[in-house]
Amino acid sequence: MKNKETARQSFPPTASSLKLSRREFLKRMGLLGGGVVVYVSVGDPSSWAQPPTDFNAFLRIGADGRVICFSGKIEMGQGVVTSLAQMLADELGVPLTSVDMVLGDTLLCPYDRGTFGSLSTKYFGATLRQAAAEARAVLIQMAAARFAVAPERLSVRDGQIIDSQNTNRKVTYAQLTRGKRIERHLTHRVSPLPASRHTVSGRATGRTDARQKVTGEARYAGDIRLPDMLYAKILRPPAHGATLKSINLEDVGKVDGVKVIRDGDLIAVLHPYPDEAQKALDQVQAEWDLPDAKVDNRTIFEHLLHSGPSEEIAADSGDIAKGKKMAAQNFDSTYLNHYVAHAPMEPHTALAHVEGQKATVWASTQTPFGAREDVARTLGLASRDVRVITPFVGGGFGGKTRNQQVIEAARLATLAGKPVQVAWTRQEEFFYDTFRPAAAKFGHRFAKTPTGKGLGLACTDYKGTYVATMAEVEVDKKTGHVQVARVVCAHDLGEVINPEGARLQIEGGITMGLGYALREEIRFKGGRILDANFDTYELPRFSWLPQIETILVDNPAMAPQGCGEPAITTMGAVIANAVYDAVGVRLFELPMTPQRIKAALKL
Amino acid sequence: MKASIQFKLNDKPVTVVADDGRPLLWVLRTDLGVTGPKYGCGEGVCGACTVLVDGQAVLACQTGVKEVIGKEVVTIEGLEKNGTLHPLQKAFIKHDALQCGFCASGMIMKAHSLLSENPTPSRQEIIEGMDENLCRCGAHKRIILAIDTAAQDMRGERKS
Ligand code: FES
Ligand code: FES
Repeated sequence: MKNKETARQSFPPTASSLKLSRREFLKRMGLLGGGVVVYVSVGDPSSWAQPPTDFNAFLRIGADGRVICFSGKIEMGQGVVTSLAQMLADELGVPLTSVDMVLGDTLLCPYDRGTFGSLSTKYFGATLRQAAAEARAVLIQMAAARFAVAPERLSVRDGQIIDSQNTNRKVTYAQLTRGKRIERHLTHRVSPLPASRHTVSGRATGRTDARQKVTGEARYAGDIRLPDMLYAKILRPPAHGATLKSINLEDVGKVDGVKVIRDGDLIAVLHPYPDEAQKALDQVQAEWDLPDAKVDNRTIFEHLLHSGPSEEIAADSGDIAKGKKMAAQNFDSTYLNHYVAHAPMEPHTALAHVEGQKATVWASTQTPFGAREDVARTLGLASRDVRVITPFVGGGFGGKTRNQQVIEAARLATLAGKPVQVAWTRQEEFFYDTFRPAAAKFGHRFAKTPTGKGLGLACTDYKGTYVATMAEVEVDKKTGHVQVARVVCAHDLGEVINPEGARLQIEGGITMGLGYALREEIRFKGGRILDANFDTYELPRFSWLPQIETILVDNPAMAPQGCGEPAITTMGAVIANAVYDAVGVRLFELPMTPQRIKAALKL
Repeated sequence: MKASIQFKLNDKPVTVVADDGRPLLWVLRTDLGVTGPKYGCGEGVCGACTVLVDGQAVLACQTGVKEVIGKEVVTIEGLEKNGTLHPLQKAFIKHDALQCGFCASGMIMKAHSLLSENPTPSRQEIIEGMDENLCRCGAHKRIILAIDTAAQDMRGERKS
């Protein structure tokens, strides 16, 4: 393999024999020749929402000395494929290049509730370290027995165990484990190393997935090919809530190579080429009954205030009456926050292969185990007979959790009797996005008079991460255009595992926040989503880019915290404050589009 | 119309029998199994599908396969030569110029075309040249750095 130099994500390719015999399992784990494997303790309630099935390992050290990490987390850009490997390398005293990652494979990896942005390192990392610490303890015991010395004399370095009183006496992990198979369940009885002993974490390490991603070698769900697979394009309503009145599928059924599937509400055109499937679907004549919904992105606020379910309380703490009395100044304003799209560059995609009572699905998802349950329920299969494999995910941002495309692919593959890929178009991606309000912390404001310099400040405490952001903006009073010239963003993340990775995440959050603060707003009317592509829904571009500086506060005493999202949440406030400082008007509605800025200036 | 279409793909001659009205992107990704070029929008507004045709960046989703007959098509898979990465690939790795990586192939191919037209681009010229390529993860700052590094490298101004 070309890629020997870097830790890599690997995907066991086979689609069949999901119920593994024990021997088969050990073979897959690379354990027939010996090794150490640490399993999740079945039913350990402290770490897992649901008891994992028996065959789930955290990590294994093979007789070849390589370490494999199994994690139900997925890599969608946030860098866990690197940061988790770094943690493991530290705990086991092996170079980063000896660690392989298997992520998001429901057959091989321990149960996981899902990868939600920034929290993977925070929660999963701790358990992984624990597992690695136990593996290290096992290896040290083995070496102590071999050398007939006390385990306290031994330490680990570079995949070897060394006697500190006689440094010529050492043994590699590979030598130790050859021909022996040690299986352990996580006991939580061994302590992981303190941060001061970490040598791989905290140092700049390039992303281990970078090489694959710059050569085209990295596989995403849409890049998986199976013999005889078909590409499906699904008939979609013009608006949410529309019902099908009539449809003519006869003509399209006659097109060469086309297979039409109708199963209740699911109508799809399948073809060996995706573009041909799309072309055929485009010819289908369908009539729809449209819902009588009038609400649009402008009237939504009024609608929500009058008829919507009463306000939702996201978090509740403190005493506002008391706070008001103590505060030096009080403000009362209504802040409007439009809906924005997640819009990952990779639309939702899945490839399903159903053979008899078993199904394998390659999915672009943040919740592979949720996808497994969805497929099992939909097809009436046992969960253990469904395997979901998650290749690299091309961005998620919290939007790839519902697995609708996985269910569609699974249904179609069952009916077609062939593997079926469902890859949403950009239009479908916008149509089915679970829109969210742009920024949680828009309402920050500091009492001061504008200086005309265009400087703003905002702070937040986001799920344990402390963030302070400063911005400098220029406002063109004639056009209302806001150019953000500079953003400085400081984070206290606890122990930083991969500093460059953290900076990268923060820069990404800042850029995304720019879009939400200045331009992004989903327009809808009734059940129609008026934005169907990036021509009208504008993402941040190169030309928007401010000078970005990130500051990481070194705080190894605190466990690693998440980053990425926290920066996003400060951007609305910091830019609003900077705009106020620049031109003396305060905007109460996000995004702060040129029109809104101009309107505010005229008041 | 079904036709036998010949062109050069990543230095090798290829022949595909395909309807000649089909988009190059899907012929590459399905018929030829070259999955580096990505679908991001299908309408020429994201750049994820960018490939080189006779050295020029084109959007494969907007290019009919018949337009490349007899031409040289290069995708991200064709940049590595004899096990050595292209300076752009090296620079993207060096600067961590990607996160999810879905835009990376299009970014690198676009930058390739940019640097062949202008080997000494200013920061502003890089920004203008790359402005049509979208990256949702926000790797922009590092992509600019990477392109600048690669440009220097290709001019022989730095050792990599
Ligand atoms: S897919 Fe071709 S430009 Fe977006
Ligand atoms: S790295 Fe994810 S879109 Fe650019």
